[in-house]
Amino acid sequence: MILLILLGVPLFAAAALVFVGDRRLAPEVNIAGSAATFAAGLGLAFQVYGQGPMTAGGNFFFVDAFNVYLAVLTSFVSMTTAVFSRRYMRREREHGRVGHWGMRFYHSMFQLFIFAMLLCLLTNNIGVLWIAMELATLSTVLLVSLYRTPTAIEAAWKYFILCGVGIAQALFGTVLLYFAAEKVLGEGGEALLWTNLSQVSDKLEPTVLSLAFVFLMVGYGTKVGLVPLHNWLPDAHSEGPTPISAVLSGLLLNIALYALVRCKTLVDGSTHSHRAGDIMMWFGIISIIVAAFSLLRQKDIKRMFSYSSIEHMGIATFAFGLGGPIATFGALLHMLVHSLAKSSIFFTVGHASQMNKTQEMDRIRGLIKGNPLVGWGLILGAMAIVGMPPFGVFTSEFLILTATMKDAPLMTPFLLLGLGVAFAAILRRVQFMVSGDVPSYQKPMKAAHLPVVVHMALVLLIGLYMPVFLNQWFHRAVEILK
Amino acid sequence: MDLQTAAQINSFLAAFVLLTAFGMLAQKRIYSLIHLFAWQGFFLSINTAIVAYVAGKHHLYISSVLTLSLKVIALPYILHILVVKLKIRKEVETMVNIPTTMLIGIALVIFSYYLTAPVTELSRLITRSTIAVALATVMIGLLMMITRKKAVTQIIGFLAMENGLFFAATSATYGMPLVVELGVALDVLIAAFIFGIFFFHIHTTFDSLDVEQMTRLKEGD
Repeated sequence: MILLILLGVPLFAAAALVFVGDRRLAPEVNIAGSAATFAAGLGLAFQVYGQGPMTAGGNFFFVDAFNVYLAVLTSFVSMTTAVFSRRYMRREREHGRVGHWGMRFYHSMFQLFIFAMLLCLLTNNIGVLWIAMELATLSTVLLVSLYRTPTAIEAAWKYFILCGVGIAQALFGTVLLYFAAEKVLGEGGEALLWTNLSQVSDKLEPTVLSLAFVFLMVGYGTKVGLVPLHNWLPDAHSEGPTPISAVLSGLLLNIALYALVRCKTLVDGSTHSHRAGDIMMWFGIISIIVAAFSLLRQKDIKRMFSYSSIEHMGIATFAFGLGGPIATFGALLHMLVHSLAKSSIFFTVGHASQMNKTQEMDRIRGLIKGNPLVGWGLILGAMAIVGMPPFGVFTSEFLILTATMKDAPLMTPFLLLGLGVAFAAILRRVQFMVSGDVPSYQKPMKAAHLPVVVHMALVLLIGLYMPVFLNQWFHRAVEILK
Repeated sequence: MDLQTAAQINSFLAAFVLLTAFGMLAQKRIYSLIHLFAWQGFFLSINTAIVAYVAGKHHLYISSVLTLSLKVIALPYILHILVVKLKIRKEVETMVNIPTTMLIGIALVIFSYYLTAPVTELSRLITRSTIAVALATVMIGLLMMITRKKAVTQIIGFLAMENGLFFAATSATYGMPLVVELGVALDVLIAAFIFGIFFFHIHTTFDSLDVEQMTRLKEGD
C-alpha cells in the first residue's frame, strides 16, 4: 500500500503539474508532491526496517535493505531539490531563459523523472528495471536542452544518443540473462524476477552470464558515467538547469550503479569467480584517474563538479568490484554521502552562477563577501567532496582505502594518486572563487538556505557519528551483496 | 508447418534482415534509407509471427503486430514527414566512406558469430541459428550511428539497433515476457516523439541537421 503511494504520488504530480503549468503555485505543488513522496519513502523504510525484506503487488515489487535506502535517499534529495528549484527557476523565468511552456514542462518532467528512478529501484523485474532506466533518460533529455542554446541542444543530443547506445547494450545483456534464467526457472515473467534469480544464481550457465555481464557493464556503465563511456556526462550535467544537474549527479548515477551491482551478484553466484569484480575494479580505477586529471583542466564550474561525479562514481564502482564487507560497506556509504554533498554543491553553484551571470570560474569571485551562505556552502561542500575529515566522505573513502590496502595493495597508489589530484584541483579553484572582493558585475540575491544547510549537516553528522539504524541498514545490505 | 521448414524460413528471413541492415549502410539517399528501415521491420514482423505460430507462443503475435504498426508504419511515416517538413534534400553524408563501412560491417558479422557461439550451442530453440544475425544487426546499427553526420541518419541507426535487439529476444528466448516487450515499445515511442522535437530544435538553432556543427562543447585547454 505504502509502495503504491510512493510510486503513485510522483506520477500523479507529473500529470497534475501539466495542468498547473506556469501558474504561481507550480513550484509549491512540486514541493508538496516531493515531500509526500519522501514521507512515503520513510514509511516504507520503517516497515522494511521492522519486518525485513518484502515483496508486493504479486511479486512485481521487491524491497530490501539495499534498495530501500536508495529510495529514501532519492525521495529526500528530490524534495530538497524541489525546494531549491522554487527560487532558482523563478529567477530563470524572470531572466527570460525559460518560457511559459518551458516551466510547465520542467515541473512535470521533474516528477516523472523521480517516478522513473523509484520504479528502477523498487521493481523486482530486471526487464522493467531496464524500461524504467530508459524512461529516466528520456524524461531528462529535453530538460537538459531546456534553455535552447546551441550548447544545451548539443549536450542533450549527445546525452540522448550515447545513453541510447549504452542502454541498448544493457538490453542485450538482459536478453542473455533471461536466456540463461529461462533454462532454470522456465518461461514467462517469473524468470526475470530478482527474488527468483538470486535463489538459483549458482545454477545459471556461467559462460552465458559472463557474456551478459560484459554487455550489462558497458550498458549501465555508460549511465554510471564510467571512463571511457563518460563523454556525455560533463556536457549533460553542465548545460541543463542546475536543479537538474543536482539530481542527475546526485541520484541518477546511483541508480545505474545500483542496477549494475545487482547484476554483479547474480554473475558472481553463477561463475564462482572474481571476474565481474575485476572488470568493475578496472573501470573504477581508470575513471578515478582520468576524471582527476580532467578536473585540472576545467574552466566551467559545473563541468568541474561533473568530472568530480565521475571520479566518485569510479570510487564506488571500484569498491563494489573489490568486494568484501568493509569495501561494500564503504561503497554504500559513499553513494549516500556523495549524493548529499554533490547535490548541495550544485545548489550553491547554481546560486553562484546566477549571481555572477556566468559559469566560468575565472569570473566568479568574492562569494563569501557577496553572500556568506553561498560562499561558505561552496567551500565547505568542496572540502566535504574531496574527502576532508570530519565529513562523511572521509569516512567512506577511508574504509575503501583500508580495504584496498588489504585486498588489492597494488591498486592503492593509483587510488591515492586520483584522490590527491582531485583534492588539489578542486580546492585550488574553489578557494579563489569564495575569497576576495565582490566584483562589480555581481548581483546580490537571496539564496535558498534550507537545502544546503540540511545536506551539509547530514554529511557532517554521518562523518562524526553514524546513526544506529543506518549502520544496521548497511550491514544488512552488505549481507545481501555478499 | 514442420520444424524443419520453419527453421529454414526463419533463417531465410534473418538473411533478409541482415541484407536490409547492409543495404542501410550502403544507401546514399535518405528516402530509400527510410524505406529500407521499414522493410527491415516488415521482415522482423513476419518472422515473429512465424515463430509465434510454430512455437505456440501467443504473446509473440502481439509483438508481431506491435512491430508492424510501430516500425513499419508509424515510425517511417513520422520520419518521412520530418524529412519533408525540414526540407532535408542533401543525401546521406558519412564520416567514413561507404566501402570501408561495409568491410567493417562484415567484420562485425564474423565477430558476432564468434561471440554468440556459446549461446547458440546451449540453445534448443529452432531459432538458435539466428542469434548471431541479431547481434550483427545491433552492431551494424551502432556502426551507422557512429559513422553518419546527419541527425536523421543517426536516429535511423538507433532504431535499426532496436530492431536488432527485438530480433535477439525473439531468436534467443522466443521473446521477452509481454510486460517487458510492451514497455520497450512504449520507450521507443517516447524516444520517437523526443527526436521529432529535437529535429526542430536542432534545425532552428543550427540551421541544419548536421551534427558536425555541434562542436562547441569541447574540453578547454
